[in-house]
Amino acid sequence: MTEAVASSPAHGRGTGRVLRDLVRRPRSAFGLTVIVTMLAAAIFAPWIMPYDPNDQMFDGLSLEGAPLPPSAEFWLGTDLLGRDLFSRLILGAQTSLIIGVLANGIAVVLGATVGITAGYFGGWIGGILMRFTDLMMAFPALLLAIVLAAIFKPSLLIVAMVIAMVNWVQMARVIYTETRSLAQREFIEVQRAMGSSTFRILGRHILPHLVYSIIVFGTLGISTTVLLEATLSYLGVGVQPPTPSWGNIIFENQTYFATAPWLVFFPGLAIVLLALAFNLLGDVLRDTLDPRLKGRH
Amino acid sequence: MPGRAGTPRPVLTVEGLTIQVATPDGAKPVVEDLGFTLNRGETLCLAGESGSGKSMTALAIMGLLPQPMARIARGSIRLADGTELAGRSERNFRDIRANRISMIFQEPMTSLNPVMTVGRQLTEVLLEHRACPRAEARARALDLLRDVQITDAEKRLAQYPHELSGGMRQRVMIAIALACNPEILIADEPTTALDVTVQAEVLELIRALQREHGTTVLMITHDMGVVAEMADRVVVMRNGRQEEAAPVRTLFAAPKTSYARELLDAVPRLGRSLARPAPDRTRDVVDVADLTVRFPMRGGVLNRITAQVHAVEGVSFRISPGETLALVGESGCGKSTIGKALLGLVPWEGSIRVDGHQMAGLSPKGLKPIRRNIQMVFQDPGASLDARMTVGRQVAEPLQVHGLASGSELQDRVAWLFRRVGLTPDQIDRYPHEFSGGQRQRICIARALALRPRVIVADESVSALDVSVQAQVLDLLRELQQEEGLAYLFISHDMAVIDQVADRVAVMNLGQIVETGSREQVLRDPAHAYTRRLLSAVPVPDPEHVRPPVLPREGEVGSPVWPLGQSPARHEMHEIAPGHWVARAPRSRAA
Repeated sequence: MTEAVASSPAHGRGTGRVLRDLVRRPRSAFGLTVIVTMLAAAIFAPWIMPYDPNDQMFDGLSLEGAPLPPSAEFWLGTDLLGRDLFSRLILGAQTSLIIGVLANGIAVVLGATVGITAGYFGGWIGGILMRFTDLMMAFPALLLAIVLAAIFKPSLLIVAMVIAMVNWVQMARVIYTETRSLAQREFIEVQRAMGSSTFRILGRHILPHLVYSIIVFGTLGISTTVLLEATLSYLGVGVQPPTPSWGNIIFENQTYFATAPWLVFFPGLAIVLLALAFNLLGDVLRDTLDPRLKGRH
Repeated sequence: MPGRAGTPRPVLTVEGLTIQVATPDGAKPVVEDLGFTLNRGETLCLAGESGSGKSMTALAIMGLLPQPMARIARGSIRLADGTELAGRSERNFRDIRANRISMIFQEPMTSLNPVMTVGRQLTEVLLEHRACPRAEARARALDLLRDVQITDAEKRLAQYPHELSGGMRQRVMIAIALACNPEILIADEPTTALDVTVQAEVLELIRALQREHGTTVLMITHDMGVVAEMADRVVVMRNGRQEEAAPVRTLFAAPKTSYARELLDAVPRLGRSLARPAPDRTRDVVDVADLTVRFPMRGGVLNRITAQVHAVEGVSFRISPGETLALVGESGCGKSTIGKALLGLVPWEGSIRVDGHQMAGLSPKGLKPIRRNIQMVFQDPGASLDARMTVGRQVAEPLQVHGLASGSELQDRVAWLFRRVGLTPDQIDRYPHEFSGGQRQRICIARALALRPRVIVADESVSALDVSVQAQVLDLLRELQQEEGLAYLFISHDMAVIDQVADRVAVMNLGQIVETGSREQVLRDPAHAYTRRLLSAVPVPDPEHVRPPVLPREGEVGSPVWPLGQSPARHEMHEIAPGHWVARAPRSRAA
């Protein structure tokens, strides 16, 4: 029986269809909106911020010297030093997005490359790569990050690289396992019998099947990356204060959670929203890229 | 025979059964308004092709429909005492299963728990259903294994499933199914995954158990040979509906519906094949000499090679243009490995010449031009197509890889190939999941033809297809052979299919050819004991035909695994008639 072709009118392929799908579906539309808003906030930060994020304002503290809760004047309240939280979050979006996208992007590419290479070729290449991955996994990630950050003088780029060096491992493991099982599938054997080049097999026939895992792990990685950056900031080897990032705002203020919960809640919400947005986008992207799921929603 | 004598007493009545499956487009019926009765002691076969709803019916009776996608929408399933099974809760079903109805499945390896011994799996069922006190469970388990005629039953209790052969595993499954003396045994394609000789033994066992215990059997099968051999009555199903229900002899002698007739006509039968045109024997397009394939087995602390699997051992054969050589043998005999060696997919030794070009010792680059002349069509078209690429692009790939066409020329060529295999060019932009199994195999054939090869290796290429589709694909292969002068190496376990397509047949056992000759010589006048045994086990799709018991195996089962440095004795081939070569028993066992 031939199953009915999905009812999408344009049976076309390519980026045009994918983009249309992403905008049309509520889940991905929401994700896109959040990401675009945050991007815009990061880019246009100097013009949007109501206050100077590093200005320790006198009227930003109560008479007892406590931070102020959200009000009409300070939308998201102020922190312990009397700085406007909303302004700090907007500026923090710059750091967090750069770290989240850049560090995670490097980790994904590196992890996927190692995983595919080790999984497809196996043998001694695979052995060495995966033993190295296991070693990295067993090594305390935080310790490694601290050592690396101590060697290189902390800057945004270095922090991003350090996080990528720590985060590629899980991706490599997952992709390795999947590639191994894919490489033994019959349609890959067909390619080898046909005389296809290794490059062609990997790019055209293995990679498309890994998109699912790469997207899922990639989007999940964004939130862990942002949090790892926060941890590093907390330990003094991350983004240096007073530059705000969502992570270091949480860590600066976590001890005051009981008395000034907004200081942890809003940056936390920002991180969750960002992760959720990428997850939703990833979900829909995965579905639109899989021909078997086309039109089933 | 029980069930054929006396008044039939129904033990299970199915009425107006309708099963729905949830799909993106709403509920879709997969079984509609099905009704039949199962009488005490008889064997009823539900026969049909894939998608006919036969397995769904069996699952519904067992309360095993996949939740929450499938459900019984209407109808009733009643046992003899009036117990209603439709709509029963999972909790209440547990008293029914094993105690009153049991089921065995197609793949015994996946039905058994790999980390539990056979003995524990048997006693677990007995204890779970309180069939006997704990102290007697072991003795009862041993009895059950003896019942299903397993050799060394005592030893088997302590063994794990992977230590048993496929046939033995299915016997264990039957023993588990019969542990609580159920009234009804449902067998869902119980022998489809087994070799033909093992199939014959398992079928014989089911018959014997039925005679002794009076168990009623509901058998689900697509194989009309099995139907003819086992059934008292048959229900032929198609697209979820009953097409025809009749006693087996009536059905085979005079099918009433056109579908049943087509189905029976499509069944390949031994000895009823058409004559084939004589191929041009003056030259060879494939010349294989002394082909040997060995796989290392590692073990020990240092993970060193301790033994080798001698998958193929000194095999030689030739194929002329337009000729089909069939390789037959049971699973593990090395027939598929030969196909893979020809394509360069496994490391091999010896000599392979394709169209005069020696393939031994060539680099991947040097092999590439020779590869154009030899292509492969695999067993499972679903697995050998990339689910994420349109079929058109997949058919175009060989041409791109070998740099033979591009642009509009490539598109024209792909369209031509689609028409060539009976598809239409407007299907080019679709994905594999939008096609049926037979259409997918046509796509694989189109892809194999793209490079205009001289030889196609067809490895069980029609085994996964329904009989009617199988016949169409075989017709296509025959037509292509006549028009293009293709040579086929046709690898199959199915003697009846081989009888239809082969010019010459080579029978393999344990990596070596034991008999080779023309189709008539090997299939009508087999000389080697192994060939005779294989042929004696083939089920005949004719209920009037009483198949004599399967010939016993001569000597040991044997194993292709040898310690490092040792090899099996090579067979000496003797020509007993022009072109008919038979292996004399290896010297070690020569009398």
